[in-house]
Amino acid sequence: MDALSGLAQGFAVALTPINLFWCLLGTTLGTAIGVLPGLGPAVTIALLLPITFKVDATAAFIMFAGIYYGAMYGGSTTSILVNTPGESATIVTAMEGNKMARRGRGAQALATAAIGSFVAGTIGTLGLAFLGPVVVDLALRFGPAEYFSLMVLAFVTVSAVLGNSALRGLASLFLGLFLGLVGVDNQTSQARLTFGVMELLDGIDVIQVAVGLFAVGETLWLCARYRNAKDEVLALSGSLWMSAQDWARSWKAWIRGALIGFPIGALPAGGAEVPTFLSYYAEKRLSRHPEEFGKGAIEGVAGPEAANNASAAGVLVPMLTLGLPTSATAAIMLSAFQSYGIQPGPMLMQNQPALVWGLIASLFIGNAMLLVLNLPLVGLWVRLLRIPAPMLYAGILVFATIGAYNKSQSPLDIVILYAIGVLGYAMRRYDFPTAPVIIGMILGPFAEQALRQALTISAGDWTTLVTRPISASILVVALLAVAGPSLWRLARPPR
Amino acid sequence: MIERREFLRAGLLGGASLGILGAASAPASAQAIEQLQMFIPAAPGGGWDQTGRSLEQAMKAANLIKSAQITNKGGAGGVVGLPEFLNQWRGRPNAIMVAGLVMVGSIITNKAPVSLLSTVPLARLTEEYQVVVAPANSPFKDLRDFAAALKADPAKVPIAGGSAGGTDHITAGLIAKAVGTDARRVAYVANAGGGPAAAMIIGGQVAAGVSGLGEFAENIKAGKMKALGVSSDKRIAGVDIPTFKEQGVDVSIANWRGVFAPPGVTDAQRKAMIDLVEATVKSAAWQEILAKQDWANVLLTGDAFGAYLQEEFKRTEAVLKDLGLA
Repeated sequence: MDALSGLAQGFAVALTPINLFWCLLGTTLGTAIGVLPGLGPAVTIALLLPITFKVDATAAFIMFAGIYYGAMYGGSTTSILVNTPGESATIVTAMEGNKMARRGRGAQALATAAIGSFVAGTIGTLGLAFLGPVVVDLALRFGPAEYFSLMVLAFVTVSAVLGNSALRGLASLFLGLFLGLVGVDNQTSQARLTFGVMELLDGIDVIQVAVGLFAVGETLWLCARYRNAKDEVLALSGSLWMSAQDWARSWKAWIRGALIGFPIGALPAGGAEVPTFLSYYAEKRLSRHPEEFGKGAIEGVAGPEAANNASAAGVLVPMLTLGLPTSATAAIMLSAFQSYGIQPGPMLMQNQPALVWGLIASLFIGNAMLLVLNLPLVGLWVRLLRIPAPMLYAGILVFATIGAYNKSQSPLDIVILYAIGVLGYAMRRYDFPTAPVIIGMILGPFAEQALRQALTISAGDWTTLVTRPISASILVVALLAVAGPSLWRLARPPR
Repeated sequence: MIERREFLRAGLLGGASLGILGAASAPASAQAIEQLQMFIPAAPGGGWDQTGRSLEQAMKAANLIKSAQITNKGGAGGVVGLPEFLNQWRGRPNAIMVAGLVMVGSIITNKAPVSLLSTVPLARLTEEYQVVVAPANSPFKDLRDFAAALKADPAKVPIAGGSAGGTDHITAGLIAKAVGTDARRVAYVANAGGGPAAAMIIGGQVAAGVSGLGEFAENIKAGKMKALGVSSDKRIAGVDIPTFKEQGVDVSIANWRGVFAPPGVTDAQRKAMIDLVEATVKSAAWQEILAKQDWANVLLTGDAFGAYLQEEFKRTEAVLKDLGLA
């Protein structure tokens, strides 16, 4: 069946009132859990699995997909407003988004995030509908060597967040690499840096660290200076709407973010975090206002937000075309397929066209619903920022603590949260940037595992990184990103 | 798979009629248990969680329990949650934990200070078999070719699977040992999940792969992977893949899941839980779940299961030592 007629059939399925209801329920629920700390889409869907005994398959998947997309929207809201990312894919959003909110431009940040998510989600879903089989063929050519090269490229982008002092930036990065080592090593199953504490075997959660550094650290910093500071209530400057300039600066970032996010999301081990870093870096490099980065540049919200939503669509490509779960959420959706007795696999599209195309069509509908749901909420959300600082930050602490405990009901997580929070305060006090810690934590383990897998496959031969064409090409791009600007300056005749 | 489901459905009819008989002959089932407490040492969504929640469904459907309270505490193959079950849940009646072979391996590799052997084993419920596959265009025609290549130089035969020390890795280690190769030299490429491992195999990044049969079945049927052998003792009905043993590799292994009671329960309490599990397994609802999930019914209860568990610990420890992981 070709994609167009499939999609037409899909809309016929998705537009029935009952399926529209499930879609609305899913997107609303998804937005809520994205906003609430400690609950991700994976856990939510897992807890809802028992409904698969009562509801028919298409309806259940439409709701699950709504939850998945909705969580991506909701996660950015807390990142922007209170610097408390609910999802690892929205950590980058917090970097510029929260700065914008503090400058009274929270409404614009939320709007560009919501509209960007819609645009990128739509582009990603179009990609899923029309390019799925092609994209998956390309994605399968990525082996561990290619992933390692991709990580090298991603490490290059760290320079975008290192701040003014490379030494301090690198110190932060290495702290992140160190934290990323904690836990069981996947290649040998031996524990590293856990000191016999069983709870540490699964490693330290990156969201925990982000919330600790950003939200708790920030709160402590504010407390420490509160007596001397004037009570700043964040003014909402002017209109809630994006100005013409905001639109002009956002739309290209949305498109670029989507184009970065979708293919990387479709990679079997691509994930949603790496494209947000790459997008942030690209926007900083291409922006006409690079000086605004770190102070609340709208491109820095628009690009990464678009990238994370497009990657959510990308993740569904290997899931629907090959039955490969490449994220926690996809894995749980696959187990839901099984409880219907549907075997997800390469034949899924042929065997269950109504289900697959109904799901894809409902992604388009869900995206539109999320935009309608989220834009009017912007006005409501930004009012949160007018709460006097002591109460707002007390609220953030409560919020962050509940989230930390919710994840695994372990008191140790709260201890870690506050230890990281104190560290975040110290880093702020002595002017160390915090973002590189997060980047090190995400990229470090990923790069390490990919390199060791690549070397296991090549029987220890390092040239595998440069003899494989895709891997070599990515390394060249990384090299150009590092050396390009200086080469450009050398090549240009002096004025 | 279709044939297999058909087969299981036939079994289901038998099971259902047994269930009716069972209900008729067991007056105990007339008084349903008020609340069953279930401990799942894994996050929601995984195999243990699915097993636990399916048990709850079947028990409710068969009127064996009125309600169940499920506690999830996941992490590191179950060793994060196990201490809570051994200490806080000690002596609780009407309480069970769902676990399986994965926890055995995890306890050994993590040198956990607690053991599954400290619980009261109730019953083994289900098994899933392992399959060895190769990329569709692989030169390996069957497991013999693979075994020969592995014997010649294991470093040249990269094998993708789940995390190190898990069931997939153990299977690879057992095969290496059976063909007379040093298991430590096996080029095992560990992945965090079944998805990335499957992508590596389909994309031809590795020479072979190991996983649960259910996880790869659809890709095998679609011709994206070539199945070389399954780890069951005898051929699985409806599955057209020869066993390891048929092909001269004397290895059989199954990823089993079962239920356990906390330490300190009385013999009567233990018997009550075993009766509950036996009645559940006979129920039509459970048989239907088995068919849907492609789980093999391998009920083994009480002392027999306890002895089996001891054996599994010994064998797993020996393999993990050979692999250099314990």
